[in-house]
Amino acid sequence: MKLGLFSTCVADTMFPDAVRATASVLERLGHEVVVPREQTCCGQMHLNAGYRRDAQPLADRFVATFAGFEAVVCPSSSCVGTIRELYPQLLGIDNQITERVFELSEFLVDQLGVEDLGAAYPHRVTYHPTCHSLRVTKVGDAPLRLLRNVRGLELVELPDATECCGFGGTFSLKNAATSSAILADKCQSIESTGAEVCTALDGSCLLQIGGGLSRGGDRARAVHIAEILASR
Amino acid sequence: MKGPTESFPVAANRELGNAQLRSNLGNATSTIRAKRARVVEELPDWEALRDAGSAIKADVLANLDTYLLQFEQALTAAGATVHWARDGAEACAVVAEVARAHGADEVVKVKSLTTDEIELNATLAAQGIHALETDFAELILQLDGDWSSHILVPAIHRNRTEIRDLFQRTIAPDITSDEPGVLAEAARVYLRERFLNAKVGVSGANFGVAETGTLCVVESEGNGRMCTTLPPVLVSIIGIEKLVPSFADLEVFLQLLPRSSTGERMNPYTSLWTGVTEGDGPQELHVVLLDNGRTRVLEDEVGRQALHCIRCSACLNVCPVYSRTGGHAYGSVYPGPIGAILTPQLIGIENAPSLPFASSLCGACYEVCPVKIDIPRVLLHLREKSVDAVGGRTERAAMSGVGWVFGRAWRLRLAQRIGRVLQRPFVRDGVIRRLPPPLSAWTDSRDLRPIAPAHPSDENSGNDDE
Amino acid sequence: MSDARSQILDRIRTATGGAAAPPESRREYRHHDERSHAERVELFCERVGDYQAEVKRVHRDQLRAAIRNALKRHQAKRVAIPASFPQAWLSPSVEFIHDQGLTARELDGFDAVVTGCSVAIAETGTIVTTGGQYEGRRLLSLVPDLHICIVSESQIVGLVPEALAQVQLLVSRQRRPLTFISGPSATSDIELERVEGVHGPRKLVVLVVGEENP
Repeated sequence: MKLGLFSTCVADTMFPDAVRATASVLERLGHEVVVPREQTCCGQMHLNAGYRRDAQPLADRFVATFAGFEAVVCPSSSCVGTIRELYPQLLGIDNQITERVFELSEFLVDQLGVEDLGAAYPHRVTYHPTCHSLRVTKVGDAPLRLLRNVRGLELVELPDATECCGFGGTFSLKNAATSSAILADKCQSIESTGAEVCTALDGSCLLQIGGGLSRGGDRARAVHIAEILASR
Repeated sequence: MKGPTESFPVAANRELGNAQLRSNLGNATSTIRAKRARVVEELPDWEALRDAGSAIKADVLANLDTYLLQFEQALTAAGATVHWARDGAEACAVVAEVARAHGADEVVKVKSLTTDEIELNATLAAQGIHALETDFAELILQLDGDWSSHILVPAIHRNRTEIRDLFQRTIAPDITSDEPGVLAEAARVYLRERFLNAKVGVSGANFGVAETGTLCVVESEGNGRMCTTLPPVLVSIIGIEKLVPSFADLEVFLQLLPRSSTGERMNPYTSLWTGVTEGDGPQELHVVLLDNGRTRVLEDEVGRQALHCIRCSACLNVCPVYSRTGGHAYGSVYPGPIGAILTPQLIGIENAPSLPFASSLCGACYEVCPVKIDIPRVLLHLREKSVDAVGGRTERAAMSGVGWVFGRAWRLRLAQRIGRVLQRPFVRDGVIRRLPPPLSAWTDSRDLRPIAPAHPSDENSGNDDE
Repeated sequence: MSDARSQILDRIRTATGGAAAPPESRREYRHHDERSHAERVELFCERVGDYQAEVKRVHRDQLRAAIRNALKRHQAKRVAIPASFPQAWLSPSVEFIHDQGLTARELDGFDAVVTGCSVAIAETGTIVTTGGQYEGRRLLSLVPDLHICIVSESQIVGLVPEALAQVQLLVSRQRRPLTFISGPSATSDIELERVEGVHGPRKLVVLVVGEENP
């Protein structure tokens, strides 16, 4: 398949290794992966912050950039959720491409039927299911199926896993104190597992979780799932 | 209806510093959440009930005029007097008039958010009429001049010893134990005499049946039964959106509400009365149909689903924001996610512009809502209205700036490059620990991952666009 | 006030006018219980018990003794009953007083009340009273501290919709007041610790009457 890789503004800027890992996982499965130079941002921040009109050109841009691909894969469930759910609801975009945008883990498991990527990652890992992956993109247990097949990876359950990390886009700045209070509990849950790594599907949530773990001097690091799946 | 006097972030900041609130609230929300999950899982047709509940409410709103007229007619035929109130003042005036007509200087009240919304107690007090709260938690708050922090358990921010001390000062000077059972007994003894003497009762209503004129109150303690059966006169104030078309519709809501609210299969007591019953209960019934901003909410096609709400409080218990800040931070009788969409619509977005932003958009509220209110969707809608109404110029400029950067790929690349240069003095050991305002809002409590040295979207061959 | 009425109705019509008709309400939830009679009775008893109510299954012939014993167990001496309560259920050794218009204050001096019910719901452990001749007025089962409620096995339905269907005509035709009772009165207002008995009866005893020996 000829796949478009939507790197997303956050991952492209701060988690480039997650984007490269996404490409490499897909290429190893024999697909042609293109990261279009014209891409920027899906407009999620503007849509979520009340600036719908500013999001419109960004959404149009996304559609124009990726219209030619058989499918678009993206290492972020919240961007996928924005495109699949909010574009039709808020921007009236009912384009075929919006239905062919997938988060990496759901693309691998649900579209390609692949659960074992031959990856190896000898670490104690806990998985934080991000809110968008649970409730908007609804990836189900796809990420867990993939992680369970990684050699050497010890998967430990995260207490209160389905609780939000407190990021919420501009919420993390506008309501910084509340955001941090939510994050503190998440970091405590992660620490209680004794994991070396907390992984998730969304760079934005990992930015928050990683920032909290690092500030707290905690043992665990935040790592995007794509990097684990690409490890050999 | 009173709105917030300060913005949510300011109020939340203060509330987050209250350790007792944090811990009580954390325990309460997680306990009720678990109970709810257990009893919801028990029903194989929960999703079908949610669908039905949502559809019934949508039908009620679409045909509200018809149902209200039908309700009025059925009530009148059943011996009740129906009053229409455009706002809280008109509703309060009805209660005051009825109390005066019967020479009552005290009315006994069932716990009712609607009467809190219209500030009935204060209005009556100004006219020399005492509105006595008879719900245990509401009584505690009333005795202490405090106000509710949770729809279901309003005094959850108070501990047993505080309540014991309060009772010592007020209704039970001799009390020594702080056991909840002993405290409840003190309230029972105190209120029993007041119930027996009451001339006028005041209630809200969870549901009103248009077809039959039936009113329904769902409760646990029995104070609702006391207030709606013992006094010879009863005034029930009901928001116009609380109707259901037919009696049979209650079969949906009497399953949805208790399981969502207290996490019980059924609440201890549900009372349904249809006008006046000879020889049983109040012989004079007044029903006040209250607008107070509801028709304004109805005008908004996206926002009107907030009127589906049956006040179960399930969304509060699952909300990461509410469960940390508590209800007072929302500055309204309707706290939590539902408050964040209902309050600004009832009183106007310009009077509560920060509430729609009091959410991380995690979506847990929508998942548990028994009538499927898409709270995140309405939050986004109201955020846009808030920005349009009172959005700050700085933020507007920043958002436009970011939009401009994202408008062309080369601009994003340029911004990434500039950012890399600007962040240099702040990066230590691969992380940013401190940034100047406004970004200090992030770094005050969290480290920031720096902008990476290279970007995948820039690693493909090809020319930049435009 | 008629002014408020027409203004509210006008506002509603303006607000909803031209709006698309909402989707037809779907009713795909359960309307009929598929349990057997025996399972249903069993479930009802279990669920009532979950509310910290006392549940006892008794044979029809033992009902009189069961009522007497329950009253004795709770040391209830003055006992109120609805005006037309069946004489056959009344043990001569107890002082039963028929409610011929007792005031709430008078009732407050009673130790217990014995009533029947109209229908009971297994899935929720709920008793529904409708002011019928065995149930009496609403305040009867509210003011005394002990409520003994007699439920015939044949009155137990499985689901909430089945119960409402049974009482619907009593409401629409006779405007009878209904009370749904699920356990004794309770509060969890202090630190979420459950306390049984605030304003309603602190004790609920449910006697489930059948034709067979339990």
